[in-house]
Amino acid sequence: MSVTEKDGYSDDKIIDRGSLPTRPFAAIGRKTINWVNTLGAAAIFLALAVLMIFRPKQWTKVVEQIYYIGARSTTIIILVALFTGMVLGLQSYHALAQFGTVGAVGTLVALSLIRELGPVLTAIMITARAGSAITAEIGIQRISEQIDALDTMRIDPLRYLISPRIAASIVSFPLLTALFDLVGIVGGFISGVVLMGANAGTYFYRVQASVDMKDVTDGFIKAVVFAVIVATVCCFQGYFVHMRTDSRGAKSVGLSTTSAVVTSCVLILVADYVVTSLLI
Amino acid sequence: MATPLIEFKNVTKRFGQLTVLDRVNAKIYEGEITTIIGLSGSGKSVFLKHIIGLLKPEDGSVLFRGKPLDEMKKNEREASLAQISYMFQDNALFDSMTVYDNVALPLRETTNLGKAEIDRRVMTRIEQMELGDAAFKYPSELSGGMQKRAALARALVTDPRIVLFDEPTTGQDPVRENAILSMVAENRKKFDFTAVLVSHAIPEVYFISNRILALYDRKIVFQGPPEEFESFDHSLKEEIRRSLEELQGKLSGLYAKRQFKVRYHTELKSGTFQETYAVLVFAMKDIDVLASGLGHDAVHKAIDSMSSFIDSYFSAVGGFSARLGLDEFVTVLPYSDVKEAEAILKGFADDFQERGIRDILSGKLEKVAAEMCLEFIVFAGIAEGRPIEGIDDIIESAKKEQREICRLRCRATGVV
Repeated sequence: MSVTEKDGYSDDKIIDRGSLPTRPFAAIGRKTINWVNTLGAAAIFLALAVLMIFRPKQWTKVVEQIYYIGARSTTIIILVALFTGMVLGLQSYHALAQFGTVGAVGTLVALSLIRELGPVLTAIMITARAGSAITAEIGIQRISEQIDALDTMRIDPLRYLISPRIAASIVSFPLLTALFDLVGIVGGFISGVVLMGANAGTYFYRVQASVDMKDVTDGFIKAVVFAVIVATVCCFQGYFVHMRTDSRGAKSVGLSTTSAVVTSCVLILVADYVVTSLLI
Repeated sequence: MATPLIEFKNVTKRFGQLTVLDRVNAKIYEGEITTIIGLSGSGKSVFLKHIIGLLKPEDGSVLFRGKPLDEMKKNEREASLAQISYMFQDNALFDSMTVYDNVALPLRETTNLGKAEIDRRVMTRIEQMELGDAAFKYPSELSGGMQKRAALARALVTDPRIVLFDEPTTGQDPVRENAILSMVAENRKKFDFTAVLVSHAIPEVYFISNRILALYDRKIVFQGPPEEFESFDHSLKEEIRRSLEELQGKLSGLYAKRQFKVRYHTELKSGTFQETYAVLVFAMKDIDVLASGLGHDAVHKAIDSMSSFIDSYFSAVGGFSARLGLDEFVTVLPYSDVKEAEAILKGFADDFQERGIRDILSGKLEKVAAEMCLEFIVFAGIAEGRPIEGIDDIIESAKKEQREICRLRCRATGVV
């Protein structure tokens, strides 16, 4: 894939806007074509990067990225998971108390976390912490010609920069999701049992009884899907930062970073619905 | 003539509606320094990026050793392009890596060499570029010149056959411009690669280039040796002449070679010269050894000081001088015959020995030279000129007559 030539990500051709009545349709058509082009380019980008994961000399870079994307995100994941679990425990205790089923707090907390909140919030938190940094880092490397330098050294930038990040995301997201689930359940225990007085044994019994293996694997499938989405969107936005038509230089890196985070978050929620409807 | 190493055949490149190169034909030969000159935005960098394969032409083809790159099999093309290194205008060093890691990167990623061998090669290049103390520093901690050298070390670590330099002197002060070009010329000799430079600052590349390609209005309007550029009649030349005049100021009042010839012919036509006159050629010997001891910047300050000294001394007796190369100078004494010139040269040698060398190796430079026990020798030769003879032949005769006129001996021995 050529890195300096247009890949359909932007369009600087002179556009025939057509006659006045047809202009809205032309604009919609143009947007749609651009969107489809971008989607196609992102799909090719992802496919090439995934293929290159299995090339030699990738292991060290993947481990480095797992450390950066995964290990260094644990603190924030633990914090968010703990308070999410505590809020869930608190809310569910009050809601269930009205029906005299306080014992189901464990069920509600565990299923909410493992099926939905764990994968989604983990993905959003990693997007905010690591995804934005990935876009900014790759974007700066692009505008300072470091990526062109890789090309001139016969080092494939997709192999060197993108593949390790995608591989590391695929490994890190499910692990962090598992951590989120675990800490969230502990958070629910703290608020529901320790603070509100629900029965500890019932809480853990309900957690164990209501969660089956399918819930866990579905959560992990979502985590992997989100990993691919976040890594692709963030890397793609950074890699093609020079193709932006609305800005140049440092500003384009800023806009691409914002765009990467927003797009990733929206796509996480859209994908969550789609994957849930397929798995349910 | 031999098959060109790289040849452009009717290459056209467009970006959208904008045509940057229009049916460009150009040849680059092995073992030479070829400089692509042209005004800003004339497509010089685009030309260079076609050589390394970063851009592909819309029409025409780029030939590597006579074979079109686009007709080569993938492996063959990769092998051809692997012989080329590229030095970016802004160096494009990875700012999150140390100099060592930057230089090691191509070896780590494109070869199967062991850690020890990579370390040996990287440290050799780093030492050759005088960056030993900066090996584990980040690019942001280095000066502009050091960053350039780090980028050159990275470009040379894979032992390329061709090195492309995109505007290597842009944004540098005149002393550093000379130092960078000297570094290019010296390393080309040392590592025997073919160099292709892009420059819009034309005059300084004159000293080191074997061949000039001039890009103007999307086409190559001239290709040939710098000397032939003299008879080239084109509007681009005006731009070049202006740059040459700027250079005279930059080089302590000395003329560039081409401008020197213009003055020589003008004075010849106006009858200023005697029936016979004297031409002197000076050379600073072992400049490479000096550069390896003192560094390129220091040596170029020394060369510039020597330029000033020659210019001021001989202009007092009606002479005019020019730089022939990085370490060679020519002086014409239109009113003096050889005998008189011999006497003037003796006076110059005494004066130069007395205070010239001291001026050149002043301050820190003198201290370093003394500590390192370096020698600094100046040679000079005189030839008789006649109006009917060509100046190049006279200069060659003067070169043959060169002998030592003064030297700085190792300070440790106490002899200067």
